[in-house]
Amino acid sequence: MIALLLIALLILGAASAAILSRNLIHSALLLVGAWAGIAAFYLWAGAEFVAFAQALVYVGAVSMVVLFAVLLTRQGATRAPVEYDSVKRAVFAFIVAGGVAGVLVGAIMGSPLQGHIASPTPAVSVKQLGLLLMGSYAPALLIVGVLLTVALLGAIVIAAEEKG
Amino acid sequence: MISPLQLFLIVSSLLFCVGLIGALARSNTILVLLGIELMLNAANLNFIAFWRYGPHPAAATGMMFVLFSIAVAAAEAAVGLALIIAVHRHRRSVRLQEANSLKG
Repeated sequence: MIALLLIALLILGAASAAILSRNLIHSALLLVGAWAGIAAFYLWAGAEFVAFAQALVYVGAVSMVVLFAVLLTRQGATRAPVEYDSVKRAVFAFIVAGGVAGVLVGAIMGSPLQGHIASPTPAVSVKQLGLLLMGSYAPALLIVGVLLTVALLGAIVIAAEEKG
Repeated sequence: MISPLQLFLIVSSLLFCVGLIGALARSNTILVLLGIELMLNAANLNFIAFWRYGPHPAAATGMMFVLFSIAVAAAEAAVGLALIIAVHRHRRSVRLQEANSLKG
């Protein structure tokens, strides 16, 4: 339970610092920390395969893409900090997010969510996951493959330099 | 006494709200996209929480959903960042307020 609280604090602290930071590179690196914390959360919950998928995809791949985007869209080396622009928008954003947080936390605390405390850690082996992916989830797996191919081709087409 | 499931759900709600602040308050396109990614991660946390403390953990449905959701999030991040690079090439800026050509 203590470990869980520590991981939760790490995730929320890193995410808040990333969102409030004025330096884009710091934001991206802090978000990598938050994603690693989420992977640790999955490990704690017993979902090892998902934790490694999270580490590979987010900590490994998405973070690199984000860093490349930050570097490619930078306006000269001297203007690294991004200024906050409008105080009104920030205030409204905090009000909206605070309201949403209040509603959600109130709903969670008000619900009888005792859960099925029984099983200590549900063990789902990688073999079982593989059988599921190749069995009843095979159509979804194929569709995800097609989706990733199309999305990456589309990303190349969108980002490619137009010649002539 | 707060149960672990409630703790999971509260963490994911707070993470969602941090992402919401990022998506609403900042005007840098990359930060807005990162806020949306955080909101997606919060939804994934909920899947894992309900899988872990749900009535049928052996069915692994929650884990499957998270795996597919991570794949879709990767595709979304790639396309989103490609769009940011394209907008930056055309406008020399990544501020959201300046990409308003479609405004009526």
